[in-house]
Amino acid sequence: MASFAITEAATAAPAGSRRGAPRWLIAYMYILPATLIMAAITYWPILFQVYMSFTDYGLRNLRFDAPAPNFVGLQNFIDLITNGITVIPNFSFWGMLAFNLFWTFSNVIFHVTIGILIAVVLNTPGLRFRGFYRAIFILPIVVPTLVVATVWRNMFDTDYGAINQGLAALGGLFGVTPDHFHIRWIDQIDPPIPGIPLPLSYFALLITNIWLGWPFMTIVATGALQSISKEYYEAASIDGASGVQQFFRITLPLLRPAMIPAAMYGLIVTFNLFNLIYMVSGGGPLRQTEILVTTAFRLVNEQRLYGLAAAFGIYTMIILLVLTLLTNRITKATESYV
Amino acid sequence: MSSQAMTLAVPRRRRAFFRAGWGKQLMLQAVLVFISFTVLFPLVWVVSMSLDPRNISRPTELTLIPPGASLQAYQEVIERPTSNPVTLFQLAFNSFGLAMGVSLGSLGLGVLAAYAFSRFHFPARRALMIAIVAVLMVPSVAALAPLFVFLNKIQISSGDFSFNLRNSLLGVGLALTSGALPFAIWNLKGYIDTIPKELEEAASLDGASPTQTFLRIMLPLATPALAVTAFLGFLTGWTEFVMSWQFLTNPENFTLAMALWNITGQYAGNTPWSKFSAMAIIVALPVSVVYLSLQKYIVGGLTVGGVKG
Repeated sequence: MASFAITEAATAAPAGSRRGAPRWLIAYMYILPATLIMAAITYWPILFQVYMSFTDYGLRNLRFDAPAPNFVGLQNFIDLITNGITVIPNFSFWGMLAFNLFWTFSNVIFHVTIGILIAVVLNTPGLRFRGFYRAIFILPIVVPTLVVATVWRNMFDTDYGAINQGLAALGGLFGVTPDHFHIRWIDQIDPPIPGIPLPLSYFALLITNIWLGWPFMTIVATGALQSISKEYYEAASIDGASGVQQFFRITLPLLRPAMIPAAMYGLIVTFNLFNLIYMVSGGGPLRQTEILVTTAFRLVNEQRLYGLAAAFGIYTMIILLVLTLLTNRITKATESYV
Repeated sequence: MSSQAMTLAVPRRRRAFFRAGWGKQLMLQAVLVFISFTVLFPLVWVVSMSLDPRNISRPTELTLIPPGASLQAYQEVIERPTSNPVTLFQLAFNSFGLAMGVSLGSLGLGVLAAYAFSRFHFPARRALMIAIVAVLMVPSVAALAPLFVFLNKIQISSGDFSFNLRNSLLGVGLALTSGALPFAIWNLKGYIDTIPKELEEAASLDGASPTQTFLRIMLPLATPALAVTAFLGFLTGWTEFVMSWQFLTNPENFTLAMALWNITGQYAGNTPWSKFSAMAIIVALPVSVVYLSLQKYIVGGLTVGGVKG
């Protein structure tokens, strides 16, 4: 009872406490520095971006005394979605968006599936060297993505890369000549699987990102697995349920609450995975593996079409907003963030 | 009678089910060894390449320890990492400065805001928190154009001295700090929310001001979250590529991450593979070791935050 009274007094203290400034003012003073920085360097540029997106802002407008850019209305927005961008060959907004979504979902499905399977294997009672494996499996998380991306890019090299050399060595054991392993992982334009319009570089990126992504899901799944009571399994095995049945009827349903937020987090991260795509495939061949964030970077870094890039950035934000709201709706985790 | 039989039966069944037999143990070990191999392969490869003294432009064999292994590639990278006139020391100094700036900036500003969001009630609290968290989902690349134009406008030039905020580590650092703040605030607020209020209330009853309570009680209690937030901020600055690549044009401002991409080479035929590998290790090793030692807190904190709802 007493503690209840204290809590009330401390948290719901009326404005104007015993001495000094009122509590709401103190709160604002604590928030002020962060808000000032974000207002200047995050919110203001985003507002400025809206203005820029309606103009033909370009390199010539960058000079200090440069004239204001021309107002072009919705031209940038229309050009982007109607493939009116002639400066970039093979530019297709909808194709890129479709690839970006496919890229995201295909990766996360692999991450979650592999992550759960490996967590279950690691969680087998009586398993030897468990700590040793756990220590190794954490490595893809701790190495910076930038380094991972550049290393895999070199590993996928046609002539000197480790992947082709490793495959050649493996093929040698079965009497296949090394010439068969001149696989052009990044540059080959013909799709490796006839009828499916995915270039080989997609699979190279997929391999890289699977390497990168499953350990996080394993960690999440391991945490959840350890909180599942053993009694469920005992009861199930008494009732004669097989290991497979127990996995699908007990393990998977009880992992769901932990895996869904992790998968949503994975979706957003993979959707924006700039370093990997930019550095491993460079969006190639023929822009087939380009995603939104790499294109946004090219528009600024290579084309220097700042107005167009601003419009593109706004599209990206809207798409991410929709994606985030959808995923949040699924996880219903929004409240806990605020 | 039947319930007694059950309690007797359970332990035996449990043993039969939960103890992996020899065959199963061997099979699982084989699977795990294979997975370990796939995880370690790229890492072993890059270490092996970095030890190769030949700095070959055309590696044609896979060896664990190359013939005549030496640290020559590291020496070359330290002397002249890229074709730009900048030393490795300068690159590392820039990266470290940038990373420390982002780390301390986002931590200092973030913990103040997080404390207020967690412990005070004030008008527009919820709206402000949503506005801050909303930025979490905006990738920095999507706002690159306006940021470039905006920072580029802040120039000072008098005589020989000219300064352009866009073309400086300070500008990149400010942009990164602002970008790291939403995560810092969200992460720290989540942790502070879990700290019981009783201690602060006791301090408050003893006459401590909010500032004293914050400095003497809150900060020491939040140390684990502060360490993780500081490290993740450091990592952001250390591995940042997009903005520094776009904004910085003077080689004396370049960072390790930029040099690593530079050395990767446009075409594999002229990639100095050993130097690239040595560089990759120099960039990755310091942060990886720290990450490894903190990973329990980092991954644990992130998953707790995610599962909470």
